[in-house]
Amino acid sequence: MAGAVNLLAQSHPINSALSLVVVMASLAAEYLLLGAEFVAAVQVIVYAGAIMVLFLITIMLLNAGAEERTNGSRIAIRIGVPGVATGGVLIAWTLLHRADRQAFAIGALKGDPSDIARLLFHDFLLPFEVTSVLILIAIMGAVVLANRPEGVARGPRKDG
Amino acid sequence: MSITAFVIISIIKSAAVVGVLLTAVAYSVWLERKVSAHIQNRWGPTRVGPFGLLQPLADGVKFIFKEDLTQPHVYKPLYIAAPIIAVVFAISSIAVIPFGNFVEIGPWGTYLQITDLNIGLLVVLGITSMGVYGVALAGWSSNSKYALLGGLRASAQMISYEVSLGLSLVGVVIMAGSLSLRQIVDAQGGVFWHFIPRWNIFHGQTIAFFIYMISAYAETNRTPFDLPEAESELVAGYHTEYSAMKFAMFFMAEYANMVTVACLATLLFLGGWHGPIFGPPILQAVMPVFWFCLKVFFFMFLYVWVRWTLPRFRYDQLMAFGWKFLLPLAVANIVYTALVVALRAQYPGIF
Amino acid sequence: MVPLSCYLVLSGILFVCGVLGFLIKRNIITIFMSIELMLNGVNLSFVAFAAQWHALSGQVFVFFVMVVAAAEAAVGLAIIIAVYRTRETLNVDRVNLLKL
Repeated sequence: MAGAVNLLAQSHPINSALSLVVVMASLAAEYLLLGAEFVAAVQVIVYAGAIMVLFLITIMLLNAGAEERTNGSRIAIRIGVPGVATGGVLIAWTLLHRADRQAFAIGALKGDPSDIARLLFHDFLLPFEVTSVLILIAIMGAVVLANRPEGVARGPRKDG
Repeated sequence: MSITAFVIISIIKSAAVVGVLLTAVAYSVWLERKVSAHIQNRWGPTRVGPFGLLQPLADGVKFIFKEDLTQPHVYKPLYIAAPIIAVVFAISSIAVIPFGNFVEIGPWGTYLQITDLNIGLLVVLGITSMGVYGVALAGWSSNSKYALLGGLRASAQMISYEVSLGLSLVGVVIMAGSLSLRQIVDAQGGVFWHFIPRWNIFHGQTIAFFIYMISAYAETNRTPFDLPEAESELVAGYHTEYSAMKFAMFFMAEYANMVTVACLATLLFLGGWHGPIFGPPILQAVMPVFWFCLKVFFFMFLYVWVRWTLPRFRYDQLMAFGWKFLLPLAVANIVYTALVVALRAQYPGIF
Repeated sequence: MVPLSCYLVLSGILFVCGVLGFLIKRNIITIFMSIELMLNGVNLSFVAFAAQWHALSGQVFVFFVMVVAAAEAAVGLAIIIAVYRTRETLNVDRVNLLKL
């Protein structure tokens, strides 16, 4: 939670990115507490270990600097913060109001890799295959989008 | 076993393993200098102690006493945090690596492993992924163009080869049926064809072994994939601006990563601690650890040997090799392994 | 022994922080990171519900959400790079003309 708030509070995107990494790592710990060990491991490997590194590389590559205040941002802060805060309070109130239902104890639901695999390859086979096509399309799209306009990207200038 | 006994034994195991790891890191530096020297037809360190064995000690003292320059133009918090991150993640992956079998001393028995998770392999992969941050942040916080370029290239290289690293291990997992390192090693006991040990390198995962070794060399930024930190290319790459203790921490992190890779390679492909066991019972308890250390030593030697034999890859050659050759090969290996295992389960007499 | 509503409230807070970040931040990359934060909050509530109803499909769905987030991150970052190349700025307020 502190990481999430920090993401908003920091002005330099690198600091925001690092606090997001902290958020993801702590989420992985939460998943472990809930017994979902495979999901926790995948969260660390995929999210915190690869996606955030991509973010970091992009920030470094584009040399992003600290943010500046413009007119748009002032309007957004004046309207956005109260609006979203109200929505958030509504959500929290609804959730806590129904907590008078029996608040059960969350033991560990063993998220064994073999059980998850069984589900993934039997019941969810179609979504699994579709997501693989999705990733392929995303790769192609990213490569096409990031190409330099005058053709295929040149190799590095250094030789040897 | 009672809680206190468990805690005490765990503390002893952790302290022992970390101590051994740090000593191994220091002496792998010695190994590298000696082996590289003999490959290049010279002696290497010979003056400090017999065969130069106290050289790492002298190096450690040097690093402690060296002036710790901190340039004014670096971004302080990340500059100090980056080597710490690198070292912490490099050393913590040793926690799930098993060294030997169950050992009993009097009334207490314990596995020779700090902890046995049933997703042990995934944990090691996760920690390796997080280790990229040390390099990337070091390059960024140094606020210098050579360091930034080196850091970017190194992190891009590391995340590219992580994919083929993970995929090459999937074949091993399919054959062993578990992600727990101890169970993978146990599945490699015994022999087939009467005398060849059922290690994974002989028993079907030879290609995966080579994919793993190549990807691991790229992961740990060692030659022939060490363009990001090559001395003649980018000054010193991502650790250009570091001196003394912080540089030593990067150094330690690199060698600790090498040791982890060597340990994983022996566990997954070379049968871990399996080997001929003979002699009196006290020797029999120690033999598995001895075989494990011998195999790890062999891999460290291989690392150094390859470094001083092969020339360096250019960066685009390196990335093309990882994505266009290793990745399809790893996927093909998975398909082939899955096919063999499924066929073997269906028709038991085939292989 | 944590009640379910605690996990849900935490997930809600993460989601709200993501929405807030999406609205008030001006740097494209930070906006993108807020989207990832929202996705993570939703993942947490999936896993919490999977634990409550003892249904592993909640965890499988988290897997799919992660895959989609990864694909979207790749394409989104490529878009950001393309925008930076043409507009020379990462400030969302300045990308306000349909042609250069």
